[in-house]
Amino acid sequence: MSGTENQMTGAEIVIQALKDNGVKHIFGYPGGAVLPIYDEIFQQDDIQHILVRHEQGAGHMAEGYARSTGKVGVMLVTSGPGATNAVTPLQDALMDSIPLVCITGQVPTTLIGSDAFQECDTVGITRPCTKHNWLVKDVNDLARIIHEAFRVAQSGRPGPVVVDIPKDVQFATGTYTPPDAAPIQKSYQPKTTGDAGQIAAAVSLMKSARRPIIYSGGGVVNSGPEAARLLRELVEITGFPITSTLMGLGAYPASGKNWLGMLGMHGSYEANMAMHDCDVMVCIGARFDDRITGRLNAFSPNSKKIHIDIDPSSINKNVRVDVPILGDVGAVLEDMVRQWRAAAKDFDKAGLSDWWTSIARWRARNSFAYKPSDEVIMPQYAIQRLYELTRDRDTYITTEVGQHQMWAAQFYGFEQPNRWMTSGGLGTMGYGFPAAIGVQVAHPDSLVVDIAGDASIQMCIQEMSCAVQHNLPVKIFILNNQYMGMVRQWQQLLHGNRLSNSYTEAMPDFVKLAEAYGGVGIACDKPGDLDAAIQEMIDVKRPVIFDCRVANLANCFPMIPSGKAHNEMLLPDEATDEAVANAIDAKGRQLV
Amino acid sequence: MNAHLQPTGSAYFIAKETQVAESHTLSVLVDNEPGVLARVIGLFSGRGYNIESLTVSETEHEAHLSRITIVTRGTPSVLEQIKSQLERIVPVHRVVDLTVRARMLGQERPVEREVALVKVAGSGELRAETLRLADAFQAKVVDATVDHFIFEITGKSSKVDQFVAIMKPLGLTEVCRTGIAAMNRGPQGM
Repeated sequence: MSGTENQMTGAEIVIQALKDNGVKHIFGYPGGAVLPIYDEIFQQDDIQHILVRHEQGAGHMAEGYARSTGKVGVMLVTSGPGATNAVTPLQDALMDSIPLVCITGQVPTTLIGSDAFQECDTVGITRPCTKHNWLVKDVNDLARIIHEAFRVAQSGRPGPVVVDIPKDVQFATGTYTPPDAAPIQKSYQPKTTGDAGQIAAAVSLMKSARRPIIYSGGGVVNSGPEAARLLRELVEITGFPITSTLMGLGAYPASGKNWLGMLGMHGSYEANMAMHDCDVMVCIGARFDDRITGRLNAFSPNSKKIHIDIDPSSINKNVRVDVPILGDVGAVLEDMVRQWRAAAKDFDKAGLSDWWTSIARWRARNSFAYKPSDEVIMPQYAIQRLYELTRDRDTYITTEVGQHQMWAAQFYGFEQPNRWMTSGGLGTMGYGFPAAIGVQVAHPDSLVVDIAGDASIQMCIQEMSCAVQHNLPVKIFILNNQYMGMVRQWQQLLHGNRLSNSYTEAMPDFVKLAEAYGGVGIACDKPGDLDAAIQEMIDVKRPVIFDCRVANLANCFPMIPSGKAHNEMLLPDEATDEAVANAIDAKGRQLV
Repeated sequence: MNAHLQPTGSAYFIAKETQVAESHTLSVLVDNEPGVLARVIGLFSGRGYNIESLTVSETEHEAHLSRITIVTRGTPSVLEQIKSQLERIVPVHRVVDLTVRARMLGQERPVEREVALVKVAGSGELRAETLRLADAFQAKVVDATVDHFIFEITGKSSKVDQFVAIMKPLGLTEVCRTGIAAMNRGPQGM
């Protein structure tokens, strides 16, 4: 594959390889060790570069872009501090299985190891927070490695990868190899089709179920729209109730008749009770995370468990399962639906009616209930109004991390996959706003709202400048209660109500802040004014910071306290101050 | 309010371990590329797994393949998790738990051998005793002066342990061990 026509500099190879992998947008920040690549970006129009204000922002933008499109997100940063600032989004993408290619500049190969200016051991630092990484020492390896980076990032269980390119390699001339001619690393061949025998065993177990539940996760969203369609079909033909993790919201529509709501620590009572009491659990693309299971030795004690996952290390990691199925959710569901249609013709959905009766009884507890107010805006009410006023639009929602995130998950109904971007695994405050910018870049005409907290938003607020520069009309909807609400809630539960450093005494004026950046600021503190203010936010075609002043001391319920099982939830109507203080009993404290 | 008397808790559920830990020998076939060993041992330290012995060498030069032999200790579910986690590493081709495989083949253990170089310094009548014992262990003399011997000994780790212990009172000055090389018995490859 050599010839003078394929001779290019390393920097040219980077741009050519990105184009050949279908990249249209990259998020980045220039610096000394990536200047040759930035020079190439300047001289072309096929790839649009979004200039961020901090490399962490670039990473979360690439994540939001990837999650809302199903494509690989690409970021470009310089050596040293550029690379270290990328670590948080890399780990975030690793834990939430988001395909990300991060290109980092490096000092010239001759200076590596000499403690040169802006040098750091990028591959060493990012090794545990990437799916794989490469240091490119020879320009002739560069094209192959970038193509391989895209293959590794998006195949199997998706994840972030880093390609570290020393500056002399960017200047050197070498041979460009197109993607279809580049050799691949043979040791990496993820398995996507599930074992037919295991799927048959799962179908037969599902047929015998009297109290079944489907527990789906982010793997369904990652697998693509076809997987979500098949999940809906499976629910339809089996008549099983379905719940989902935080990451999986939207794969099954919130308006669907079999929907139980999210499960886990702040999930619905009916979802958690059904998980606890079920006899057959079908886990589809989820990983039995500790926020989901509650106390492990009391987790769904009487059920047979089926687990579909593309990552063998997710199977039997936290919870032992009876029927593991290794493969891509979409491929496995296709086989499962086909086998069910063939083998379960005689399955009588009416046999599940007792189970649905129990579920209806749990649902009647109305576990997301809160005390409405005419005086102050309840945070739950704010999300409900936002939902009502945006549900019929082409809307994407991102969040930061904390109480507002849980309320968004509880009260915003997602009908489609890829519409909900939140930091689930790592729980990164500061994720939501840059992620929303990434979403807006991919969907310029859509409404993109970052549901934020007053503390989280200040972690990446500098990207307002990026949003204004690139005319990205992202909406930041801050549930401002002056506290790090989730931290405070845990302090109330576990630390005797000693609110150590969880109150923000000096809050910026968010309206002025928005205006200072060249955006639009809106404030609202009356329930009666809320709808009009939200409508104003929607109608403005510029970046908006919406300072929604909510009840300061509202807490997020229902909740599974530490050391408790799914059937020991703390419900909102029981969550008196005393109950909160005593929610974790002496025995529970032994466990935590 | 007796709040200050409340013990602090945690946001995590921590359960007591009930399974019993055992030692297993894993063989890991990897592409011989920069950083591959760091990926493997980084996984062990990052996820809190133990390494009791580690041996690495290129085994197929043409194919750029190296074989890493790791002796690790954990409960059965941790050992299963270690294998799955190793298999996720991009340049890893295969992972075989030789201990599990030996059991499946109806054998007690895989063949496990270690080489050690053992330096013993001394003079006088102790030298004769040293040589006699070395002979009993089939240790070879690979270097000697009137003041010292270097022995090369091959065998199971327990045999090497024993030899080193016996040499201690006879003037043991230095030990270097390779770590375990291992494979399963029988005609099949890994």
